[in-house]
Amino acid sequence: MRRAVRFFRPGMIAAAAIGLAAMPFFIPQYYVLFAAKVLLMGILAMSLNLAAGFGGMVSLCHAAFFGLGGYILALASSEYEAASFWTTLLLAAGGGGFAAFFIGALSLRTRGVYFIMVTLAFGEMLYSLFHDASFAGGSDGAFIYVKPALEVFGFNLNLDSPLTFYFTAVIAFVLVAALIFQIVRSPFGRALMAARDNERRARSLGFPVYRIRLVAFVISGALAGVAGYLAAAQYGFVAPEMLGWHLSATILVMAVLGGMQTVLSPALGAAALIGMEEILKSWTEYWKLIEGMLIIGLVIVFPGGLRRLFFLVFPAISQKPSRAAAEPRDAAREGHHA
Amino acid sequence: MDPVALGIQLLNGVQYGLLLFLVAAGLTLIFGILRVINLAHGAFYMLGAYMAYWISATTGSYGLAVLYGTAAAFIAGLLVEDLFIRRLYGQGHLAQVLLSFGLILVADEVRQAFFGKDVHSVAVPELLKGSIQLGSIQSYPIYRLWVCLFCAVAAAIIFLVIQKTRIGMIIRAGAENQEMARALGVRINRINKLVFAAGIALAALAGILVAPLSTVFPGMGDQMLILSFVVVVLGGIGSVSGALIGALLIGLADTFGKVLIPGLASMIIYLVMAAVLIWRPNGIMGSREV
Repeated sequence: MRRAVRFFRPGMIAAAAIGLAAMPFFIPQYYVLFAAKVLLMGILAMSLNLAAGFGGMVSLCHAAFFGLGGYILALASSEYEAASFWTTLLLAAGGGGFAAFFIGALSLRTRGVYFIMVTLAFGEMLYSLFHDASFAGGSDGAFIYVKPALEVFGFNLNLDSPLTFYFTAVIAFVLVAALIFQIVRSPFGRALMAARDNERRARSLGFPVYRIRLVAFVISGALAGVAGYLAAAQYGFVAPEMLGWHLSATILVMAVLGGMQTVLSPALGAAALIGMEEILKSWTEYWKLIEGMLIIGLVIVFPGGLRRLFFLVFPAISQKPSRAAAEPRDAAREGHHA
Repeated sequence: MDPVALGIQLLNGVQYGLLLFLVAAGLTLIFGILRVINLAHGAFYMLGAYMAYWISATTGSYGLAVLYGTAAAFIAGLLVEDLFIRRLYGQGHLAQVLLSFGLILVADEVRQAFFGKDVHSVAVPELLKGSIQLGSIQSYPIYRLWVCLFCAVAAAIIFLVIQKTRIGMIIRAGAENQEMARALGVRINRINKLVFAAGIALAALAGILVAPLSTVFPGMGDQMLILSFVVVVLGGIGSVSGALIGALLIGLADTFGKVLIPGLASMIIYLVMAAVLIWRPNGIMGSREV
C-alpha cells in the first residue's frame, strides 16, 4: 500500500505541473488572471499553514503581513517609473518578516486562546495604522501606477501581460511550496511539529521552543508578505482591507478547508474557497451569507476538511504514511495543556 | 489641562471603560465557563445597536428598545448556543474561531438585508436630553452620565450575582473545575446556556446604550470585538474583576490618548497591551494557563 502511495504522489504532482503550465493557453484571459489570484492566495494559505498547521500557532494576523507586503510595493513605486521587482520583493518579504518578528516575539509569550486574541489585536493595530495614516492613502488605499520591472537573466519581462504574470505566480507558488516542504522535512520542521504536539516534552528534550516557533512565525510572515506583494502587483491597488482580520480568518478557513496536514493542501482549500466565492458572487448579492453558513457547516459536519472528504471517496489513497498527520483540532488544543 | 476639562475627560474615560466592561465581561465569562472563544461577540453588540435604532424608530420609545432589545438578545443567545456553540465544547480553538467567524458573516448579511449599509443615528431619549453645566464654560451631557450610572449598576449586579448568589457560586465552580462541578450534580449544560445567553445580552445591551451616543454603523461590531479582546487579554481570561480593571484601563488610555497624543491615539491601546504582555503574559488578574 505504501509503495502505491509513493508511486502515486509524484505522478499527481507531475500532472498538476503540466496542467498549470498548459492551462493558460486554453482558457480566456479573465480566467488566467483568476488562476493567478488563486495561486497567490494559495501561497498565502500555505504560508499561514506553516505557522498554524505545522507550528500549532493559530494566528489571526496573517492578513496584516500580506497587506504590509502590498503596501511596501505601493510605497516603493513612484508614479512614473517602475520599481525594481527584486529589490521591492525583498523589501516586502523583509517587511512581512520584520512585522512577524515583533508581533510573534510578544504574542508567543502566550498560548492557545490568548495567542489568537493577541495576534488579532496586533493585526488590527497594523490595519488601523494604514487605515488612519495619510502617507499611504488612508482608508481609500493607494494605486500602483507602474508595475514593477522584472528582469530575469537580462530579459525584461512585462508583468502587465496576463501570461507573464501568471507564470510569475506559478514559479513563486512552486518555490514557496518547495521551501515550506524543505522546512517541514528539516530537523527544524520536526522540532516545530514536536513542539506543537507536546510542548512540555519538546522543551524537556532541550528544544528552544520559543525560538523555533518565532523563526517559523517570521518565515511564515515573510512568505505572506511575498503573497501580498504579488497580489498588489497584480491589481495595481492596495487598500487597508488587505490587512483586516476578516481576511486573516478567511485564510484560516482556506487552510482548514484544504486540510492542514500537508504542505500543499491549504492551497487546494484556497482554490476551492475562491472558486466557490466566484460562483456565489455571480448567483447572489448575499454570497457572504451562504459562505458563512458553509463555514459553520464545515466546522460542524466536516472538521477534517476537503482532504478528508476526498479520502472518504477514494479510501485507497488515504493510507499515506503519516509524517505530519496531527489533526488540526489537536494542534489547536495543544495550547490547553501547554 | 484645567481641572474641569480633566474631570470631563476622566468621566468620558470611565464611561467608555464601563461600557467596554459590559461587552468584555460576557466574553471573558463565556470563555471561562464554556471554554469557547466567541469572535461573534462584537456582532451581537452591533446587532444590539441596530435593534435600538429599529425599535426606537418604530415604537418611539428608547426605554422599550433597552427592554426588548436585551430580551431578544438573550433569547437569540439561547438559540445560538443550542444550535451552534454547544457543538464546540471540548473542540479545539480553531474550530471555535472558524464557527464564530461564520456566525459573523451571517450576522453581517442579516444586518445588510434589514438595514443596508447606511449609518443611522438614534435620538437621545427625551428624559435624558440636555447637559449639566460644569465650571463656567464646559458642560456634560446628561445621557453620558446616565450611561455611566447604568453601566456601574450593571457591573455591580454582575459582581453581586457572581460572588453572592447560588447561581454565581455554581458559575465559579464551573469555571474552576468543570468535571468536578458535573460530578457534584451541577447541570453544567444549563449553566453554559445561561452564561452564553447572558453574555450575549450584555453585549447587545452595551450596543443599545451606545447607539444614542454615537452613530450606528456596520463596522462597529469589529471595532468593539478587538477592544474587548484587548480588555480580556489585559485582565486575564475568565476573570470578571480583571475585565473591569482592563476595561477601565483601556477606556482611560484611549480617552486620554486622543486628547494628549492625537497622532498616536489608535496605537495607544495596543501599546498598553504590549506592555502588559511583557509584564504579565497571562493578564493582570490571570493566573491560570489557558
